[in-house]
Amino acid sequence: MNEILLRHRDIKDIGQLSVYREHEGFDAFKRAVTGMQPDEVTEMVKASGLRGRGGAGFSTGMKWSFIDKNAWPHYVVVNADESEPGTFKDREIMESNPFQFLEGVMLCAYAVGAHTAYVYLRGEFWQLAAHLDARIAEMEKQGLLGDNLFGSEYSLRIYTHLGAGAYICGEETALLESLEGKLGQPRLRPPFPPSFGLYGKPTIVNNVETLANVPMIVQKGVDWFRGFGTEKSPGTKVFSLSGNVVKPGNYELPLGTTFRELIYTHGGGITDGRKIKAIMPAGASSSLIVADDKALDTPMDYESVPSVGAMLGSASIIVVDESVSMDWLINKTMHFFQHESCGKCTPCREGTYWMRHLTERIHHNQATWDDVILLQDVATNVKGKCLCALGDFSTEAVISSITRFRGDFEAKVGMPVNATAEAELKEVSN
Amino acid sequence: MNPLRERYGQEIDEILAKYPQEQKRSAVMPLLYVAQREHGYVTREHLGQIGELLSIAPTEVASIVGFYTLYHDTPGGKYRLQVCNDLPCALRGADKFLDGVCDHLGIKPGETTGDGVVTVEAVMCLAACDKAPMFQVQSREGISYHENQTVESTIALVDGWRKEEK
Repeated sequence: MNEILLRHRDIKDIGQLSVYREHEGFDAFKRAVTGMQPDEVTEMVKASGLRGRGGAGFSTGMKWSFIDKNAWPHYVVVNADESEPGTFKDREIMESNPFQFLEGVMLCAYAVGAHTAYVYLRGEFWQLAAHLDARIAEMEKQGLLGDNLFGSEYSLRIYTHLGAGAYICGEETALLESLEGKLGQPRLRPPFPPSFGLYGKPTIVNNVETLANVPMIVQKGVDWFRGFGTEKSPGTKVFSLSGNVVKPGNYELPLGTTFRELIYTHGGGITDGRKIKAIMPAGASSSLIVADDKALDTPMDYESVPSVGAMLGSASIIVVDESVSMDWLINKTMHFFQHESCGKCTPCREGTYWMRHLTERIHHNQATWDDVILLQDVATNVKGKCLCALGDFSTEAVISSITRFRGDFEAKVGMPVNATAEAELKEVSN
Repeated sequence: MNPLRERYGQEIDEILAKYPQEQKRSAVMPLLYVAQREHGYVTREHLGQIGELLSIAPTEVASIVGFYTLYHDTPGGKYRLQVCNDLPCALRGADKFLDGVCDHLGIKPGETTGDGVVTVEAVMCLAACDKAPMFQVQSREGISYHENQTVESTIALVDGWRKEEK
């Protein structure tokens, strides 16, 4: 099913302005700007139950309602920094269904009273930025962006802005710093962006996929949207499926679809007929779930995934098969996080460096069981001690793989030497 | 007159127009891309020129170059072939692919071929995990993606560049 976000797979050429307009394109925005108060749009999005698709899963309408109406101007900033290993959904939406995404930006801007919106794209999306610039220019020519839209008082301009290769800029306050022309390092929160955002002004930062939902919510209504997904996680979601599966790719499915259906029905099962070993549902930032029957039958929604020991996050499902050893896997993730740590908070800056060295040694057979304990200890001490989530993210795969796939590490470094070591591991894991 | 403004006046004005007048600093990243187009890396002179355009110190411009991986402060090959070998790509053979390409070119990741045509680098996730092995090519013309690659298809691409250079 490609009901909302990946409609371009069913509707040929919806990436062309004329075709998008034939399919009710910009009708929702026209209706909003000519017949609805901004707050009514926010209320509608709130009632739809739409939750942020960037990873945190926070209520989108609620976020919009936090915009500080005592300070002006307001800004909308789109997080198109898509950099989580395993995530490649926003790119497809912007490439193939760009006008629906841009209409979502417009509805958000109208709802929160912003006249300028920036789309912050990761620098690698250089071609995509040019593609969006061309679409924006086309819309300006047709009077869909600019002054007095649809005869109303409302004016809006959208600009793209390219980052230059930094995972941290996917964190919303680091993104704002970067957009201001500074190092992409997170800010202390509170204050949150709806009161102190871009240039210190009230700002709504939303993910691409989140905004791409909004036109159809406004057009077809809250009840229609709530017809998909679960009560607490309504709507559909683009699941990016990668790793050891036969058919990796993006799949738009209702929230609450099971891992089994995604991996086996849509993804065609595991490569070369091997057995599944683990699932990372939120990309490299994810804890590793043991892929047993219970996990495979778990619905992928914001409430259910924690019951098997992970978060849904941005729903970037990395599938790991039995041929993979966890010492190799966490060496990969640590390599990534050490490279991407912005250096602002000491536990993350030093911790990722230290953990990478340890995973390197374990993977290259230069470690003892004490190193595994030390690794677990460092990870536990990084967790919860940094300004943003990157520090925590770096520890999830490490801690979960040592506790849930202990055999891999025992095989790599030899069994624990004595009961003391055993007790120590337990202690640092708690 | 500022040499960058002299050469790219209109483009620079268009960039500056995107941001509020009192927030010119926001233009530092787009201006660095403009400067980098000239030689494939950002020179010391560029730092001063961009600083002058935005009323910030050259060292502040340099800090941006140092922080973000797509800016370079030293010359590399004419084409930078940047292979993603992060976890999802590695699960689909990206490490083997990277080794294969490097072996064929007789260089290690991070090095440039003797003729100065190509630098091969291992980079972080490029949001194309379902189409691994893949890489992006960064050159003065910008960035392009190359997905579902093999060592053979990649070498054919490199051979094409080499012919152009002759």
